[in-house]
Amino acid sequence: MGLFNNHDKVERSATLLLILSFVVVTVGGLVEIAPLFWLDNTIEKVKGMRPYTPLELAGRKIYIREGCYLCHSQMIRPFRDEVERYGHYSLAAESMYDHPFQWGSKRTGPDLARVGGRYSDKWHREHMHDPRSVVPESVMPGYPFLAKTELDYEHIADDMRTNAIVGVPYTQDMIKNAKADVVAQATGEDTEGLVKRYGQKTFGSAVPLKARDFDGNPKKITELDALIAYLQMLGTLVDFKTFKPEGENLR
Amino acid sequence: MGVTIRLTQMALLGAGALLSIFMMANAVDTPFAIHMGIFLIAAVLGLIFVGRSLVGGVQPPSQDEYFDTVVRAGIIATVFWGVIGFTMGVYIASELAYPWLNFDVPWLNFGRLRPVHTSAVIFAFGGNGLIATSFYVVQRTNRTRLAFGNLAWFVFWGYQLFIVLAATGYVMGVTQGREYAEPEWYVDLWLTIVWVAYFLVFFGTLVKRKVSHIYVANWFYLSFIVTIAMLHLGNNMAVPVSFFGYKSYSLFSGAPDAITQWWYGHNAVGFFLTAGFLGMMYYFVPKRANRPVYSYRLSIVHFWALIFTYIWAGPHHLHYTALPDWVQTLGMVMSIILWMPSWGGMINGLMTLSGAWDKLRTDPILRMMVISVAFYGMSTFEGPMMAIKSVNALSHYTDWTVGHVHSGALGWVGMITMGSVYYIVPKLWNRARLYSETLVSWHFWLATLGIVVYASSMWVSGIMQGLMWREYDAQGFLVYSFAETVEAMHPYYALRALGGAFYLVGGLLMAFNVWQTIKGNIRSGEAVAEAARA
Repeated sequence: MGLFNNHDKVERSATLLLILSFVVVTVGGLVEIAPLFWLDNTIEKVKGMRPYTPLELAGRKIYIREGCYLCHSQMIRPFRDEVERYGHYSLAAESMYDHPFQWGSKRTGPDLARVGGRYSDKWHREHMHDPRSVVPESVMPGYPFLAKTELDYEHIADDMRTNAIVGVPYTQDMIKNAKADVVAQATGEDTEGLVKRYGQKTFGSAVPLKARDFDGNPKKITELDALIAYLQMLGTLVDFKTFKPEGENLR
Repeated sequence: MGVTIRLTQMALLGAGALLSIFMMANAVDTPFAIHMGIFLIAAVLGLIFVGRSLVGGVQPPSQDEYFDTVVRAGIIATVFWGVIGFTMGVYIASELAYPWLNFDVPWLNFGRLRPVHTSAVIFAFGGNGLIATSFYVVQRTNRTRLAFGNLAWFVFWGYQLFIVLAATGYVMGVTQGREYAEPEWYVDLWLTIVWVAYFLVFFGTLVKRKVSHIYVANWFYLSFIVTIAMLHLGNNMAVPVSFFGYKSYSLFSGAPDAITQWWYGHNAVGFFLTAGFLGMMYYFVPKRANRPVYSYRLSIVHFWALIFTYIWAGPHHLHYTALPDWVQTLGMVMSIILWMPSWGGMINGLMTLSGAWDKLRTDPILRMMVISVAFYGMSTFEGPMMAIKSVNALSHYTDWTVGHVHSGALGWVGMITMGSVYYIVPKLWNRARLYSETLVSWHFWLATLGIVVYASSMWVSGIMQGLMWREYDAQGFLVYSFAETVEAMHPYYALRALGGAFYLVGGLLMAFNVWQTIKGNIRSGEAVAEAARA
């Protein structure tokens, strides 16, 4: 066969071997992945999605730092049991501002894509402090240190600016007021500006923006404030009472 | 010439040291400052080392000899990181069975230690094994010394620095949040520099070879090096928040980010954990069996079909997610096709023993290599099966995936590496034989038993949990709460940790055996036994 007889040429030239083997490994990615970046239907726009507030963004940083994604998915598949257990299956648009995505690959713990609003702040506080105090079967590590650690949000505006560079629609107004918005959301006081920038009316989200003392400690803004603020908004933005997959979102 | 090169090296190291000091002084967060401190220490150590050889006027080594000191260091590093990685694995497995082991301490938490385990076994144990054996193989099969002088030493130490930075970062919470690509932007940049140097050494050696044909093992090693470079650059495109802090945000988001990550993630399996180790197989199995590779034509088909097809298989990690359906289906089809080249490779490896099967009775090292190829065959059958969407609907998010990965990693990657280590150590240190082949036999059985316990407990727990999640009663209600399915996992998690512990004890035996061999000892009684066997 010609293929085998001519393979001799490849074996005699390191450069030819290099070039050919590189070309061969690029094909799959070019055909399968590259189109996703310009096909419009990869992510279909949905009403309600907004960028994370600075406090939620800080909470998401903690979520990533602690490796939560290694045991919790944020991607509900379109199966009867998953939809009943966790809620409406996840839409691509719901992670469109997630740099990086946190869909996860393993459910040692339950899916968190729609954990927002499912439990009270108090439940989350106790759960983070000692998971087995509220879920005896749990194998989750305890995170008591979050409640003790003050949140470092000195440079959170820089985080937002970087997110804006990679495509998250943070406005100048949002970036300028980042620190004030952290305080407003973690205390529930002076929230007018915060609500104007991220609120339900501005983006048509399904539920009002949550601003309150999440960690139950009004004296300090802690990492627990940020993490609970993040968890409590997960999956709550799109209103599935009005969302119609077969309507304008039909593929 | 030696002096100019050393002075250039010292200038680069000095510049690196100054840059580290500058970055450390301006650091906006503590982990970044600590990491710049580690860079600084590395640069200063490098300066001392190069400076001493400059003052001492060390003779440049003969260009006629193989460059094996770096291979020796690589083999020691392989064994060392293997033991560390297995230990981390047993520890985090125990955390899942007994969560009090997390101790509520941030840097002992499962979430931070899990990447330490995965990076230690994949990149530190596997990576060092690949770099060391590729340097060994490329010299022997091309009858020439490694190219570019001491650059191979830079590859070795630079890679160890990468591992230290990655691991210390994880315990401090420095992570990109991308599985198997956790190191942050500056560690990624460092690895890029090291990897380019690795490519130059390997490819340079191929170019100056003294034989006309490039042997098949080198095709696989080369493809591994080049493709990992492509994947590493593609998957780590991120914008740092500050050049003086660790945090960065990935360029892509959501679905496009997910497919980029699993294009990388699956091909970390395909090219790091498969192609590279196939290079190992194609050299060490024929060498140990003292037989030629079964089929030359099959190696050609195996090579091109494998590297072409693997790249397409990433989407099977994202079945039924918000990734467009056509990509999932395409990924599934290509994953099933991948079964064929994989088994082609397995057949080529196993059939190499034609006429030498009797050696399995007497040679525990060859036995280790052969069972690794058998595990390769098993996991490359299981993988395509799990890539079928309806199977994946059950297996995804469960321990079945974890079990699958480990039968590949412990069985294939681990066993072929450890078999190669046992083969290579007496050769590298000019010893007549290993300290003990009986200990190799113990290692073989401990590791095999460990894998069987591990994989079967994960099959049971994975399939059971998948079925429990979707079980309905007669009234149409879900039968189990999530917490109940977690509770049901406990015995299997304990068993899995035990299986891992068997594997770890095997690794410790290997470390002891290698150490004794290097010291030149032979276990009393065994030399006589070998004489009797011969």
